[in-house]
Amino acid sequence: MFSDFDFDAILRALPYLFRDGMSFTITLTLLSALGGLLLGTLIALARIGGGKLLAMVAAGYVNFMRALPLVLVIFWFYFLVPYLGQWLTGAPRPIKVGGFSSALLTFVMFEAAYFSEIMRGGIQSVARGQSSAALALGMTGGQSMRYIILPQVLRTMLPVLLTQTIVLFQDTSLVYVLSLTDFLGAASKIAQRDGRLVEMYCFAALVYFLICFLASQAVRRLQTRVAIIR
Amino acid sequence: MNYHWNWGIYWEASPEGTGSYADMLWSGLLVTLEVSAIAWVIALLIGAAMGVVRSLPSPWAKRISGTYIELLRNIPLLVQLFLWYFVMPELVPDAWGDWLKQMPDAPFWNSAVGLGLFMSARVAVQVSTGIAALPRGQQAAGTALGFTLPQTYWYVLLPMAFRVILPPLTSELINTIKNSSVALTIGLAELTARTRAMQEFSFQVFEAFTAATVIYLLLNLAATWAMRLLERRLRLPGYGAG
Amino acid sequence: MRFAPRVLSTGIGIALGLAALLPHQARADGGTLQKIKDTGTITLGYRESSAPFSYLDDNQKPVGYAMDICTRIVDAVKKELSLPALKVELTPVTSATRIPLMANGTIDLECGSTTNNVDREKQVSFTNTHFLTASIFVGKKSANLHKIDDLKGKIVASTAGSTNIGQLDKVNADRKLGITVVPVKDHAEGILMVETGRAAAFVMDDVIIAGLVASAKNPAMFALGDEAFSKPEPYGIMLRKDDPSFKALVDKTTAAFFKTEGPAVYAKWFTQPIPPKGINMNLPLSPAMAKAMKTPSDNPDPASYAP
Repeated sequence: MFSDFDFDAILRALPYLFRDGMSFTITLTLLSALGGLLLGTLIALARIGGGKLLAMVAAGYVNFMRALPLVLVIFWFYFLVPYLGQWLTGAPRPIKVGGFSSALLTFVMFEAAYFSEIMRGGIQSVARGQSSAALALGMTGGQSMRYIILPQVLRTMLPVLLTQTIVLFQDTSLVYVLSLTDFLGAASKIAQRDGRLVEMYCFAALVYFLICFLASQAVRRLQTRVAIIR
Repeated sequence: MNYHWNWGIYWEASPEGTGSYADMLWSGLLVTLEVSAIAWVIALLIGAAMGVVRSLPSPWAKRISGTYIELLRNIPLLVQLFLWYFVMPELVPDAWGDWLKQMPDAPFWNSAVGLGLFMSARVAVQVSTGIAALPRGQQAAGTALGFTLPQTYWYVLLPMAFRVILPPLTSELINTIKNSSVALTIGLAELTARTRAMQEFSFQVFEAFTAATVIYLLLNLAATWAMRLLERRLRLPGYGAG
Repeated sequence: MRFAPRVLSTGIGIALGLAALLPHQARADGGTLQKIKDTGTITLGYRESSAPFSYLDDNQKPVGYAMDICTRIVDAVKKELSLPALKVELTPVTSATRIPLMANGTIDLECGSTTNNVDREKQVSFTNTHFLTASIFVGKKSANLHKIDDLKGKIVASTAGSTNIGQLDKVNADRKLGITVVPVKDHAEGILMVETGRAAAFVMDDVIIAGLVASAKNPAMFALGDEAFSKPEPYGIMLRKDDPSFKALVDKTTAAFFKTEGPAVYAKWFTQPIPPKGINMNLPLSPAMAKAMKTPSDNPDPASYAP
């Protein structure tokens, strides 16, 4: 029954797939990457420079998140976040959190664990002498972190951070389980409505492949550049 | 709007009529373990083969393994599972397609193979990195002993490379277990899916998810521990400070 | 030995997670009407493939018989709260997510095809019944499946989180049929499983199956089973439990709706061509449902609806 591959079905769905689906996926990816990097850096700092208790809590968080399947974490947050919001704000009832906000929060919290490991590795790889030198110049620990160490870490780790963001881009497809309309969600809605599974899933695979492949090639090129500069 | 806690729910009978909710989660855990184990074997075998091909001097070998790895690494796992499950049976001759679809355990084998191939690309990268990390002299030594190239790989390079990459392989094994949860989208009754079913039948969302969370943490610790043990058993004197 | 600290730190992680959960257990709530008033927004949960109750039309907008009923309720809320500018948000739900999302405040009304039964009444509440339907199966005509026992040893799909999958599981265990039950995310996926030969049958409410078959590429390829898994059970619009003021308003609104324009709106969705493909369900008002419209009821007991 699928011997007739219907390109027209894809063409007709294009506006919906990209305007609704891909824009959701890309917004979610970019905001999650930014939020995850920020929170991840804070966690990395807590593990390296924080007190013993803080370091342990941060390490606990990272190990905890990294031990769980993303699918499970997505469900957890989708059902739990409204109660958490109620608890945090002291509101009389669970806070309503939309699908996108819930997904965004999930990915920020989840990816922060992974970004923090990258940042921690980067911070530890910057020679100790540099922070000693900064201290000798009269900088405080915070200043040396902010002006000397973190800028270098961000630069050297940029390719790894971007690679992680490509992984994140792929992972956002899992919001399919919540029936949200990301790129894959949009494709599957059309696929099921029109009975065009083969066309829509092949096309989705192709689009994901092209974006991720080109992005990872660009990252590779960037990597050699960063390497030359250093 | 208050949530009604009921931590005794695990011992209540599930409406499926086949035991308690705890039994439900247990059956899911077994499926997760089985699928992960098969996928891991596939990932190791194909990953090792592709890793070797990638380390060969021929440009064609690099091209083939490169294409394989890029294809599997740049498409989300969920989409790959859909391709195997929904698309492939329609593209092969009808008789094969029907056979594939009517296998009673179609979601199981689809998940195992799909997940195994997905992970094999990652293992391949690790294996070729491991081989590249070995001193060049090792290959020369193999040749000097009169080994053919396959023999050198089999007896010298691969055993050494696998020792080098055991730590990253540990995290890939854990990733395999975690990623098996994606298979719930094609109807596999693994741990996360059974947790969801428990939630749907009992309405006790947080009790169900807490149980699954604890089980995944324990699986994680068990896998880490087993790989550590393996690492220690396989350690060669003079290699790796540990 | 990094092992011990790892266990310890992971333990701390769990403890933190649970600590966050516990404190809010007992807290008074202000009710849905208060919530709607405070936020100026009401959120309707809709289904993607529960035609003709709640499904996506050609523009991917939710429409259907249950959506029409919810529109009446929204109008009543606007009037009650004197909020003409009330914002209506739409959130997609599945059989598996609708109850937790109702409980955690994400949606205020679920406008779809949710069976009202005693088990669910412990978690959520329902307004007056808007349809009665029994659970049956659909297979391919060529497979000659008539009775439930014909499904022995086969792969059978049903929607995760529905009452139907529970009934299928139970029959499977009681009669020792050895059926492989495959849960699917939504009804459309279920009928596709049958169409593509992935599953021998799909178990669902008869009206949902009728809608899916009618809009399939080739309706003639399907055949319905003769044996039902359940008596006709009531569908209701779902709302939160223990919220008497909101339930009173919704009950009053739907009762008035069923007694006046109910039959006409019903006819629009069940006896006339509906979007997106212009199919006609050809399901005139049954005697039982006609009675339920004259004397609206939110009773979960199927026996109470006998005509």
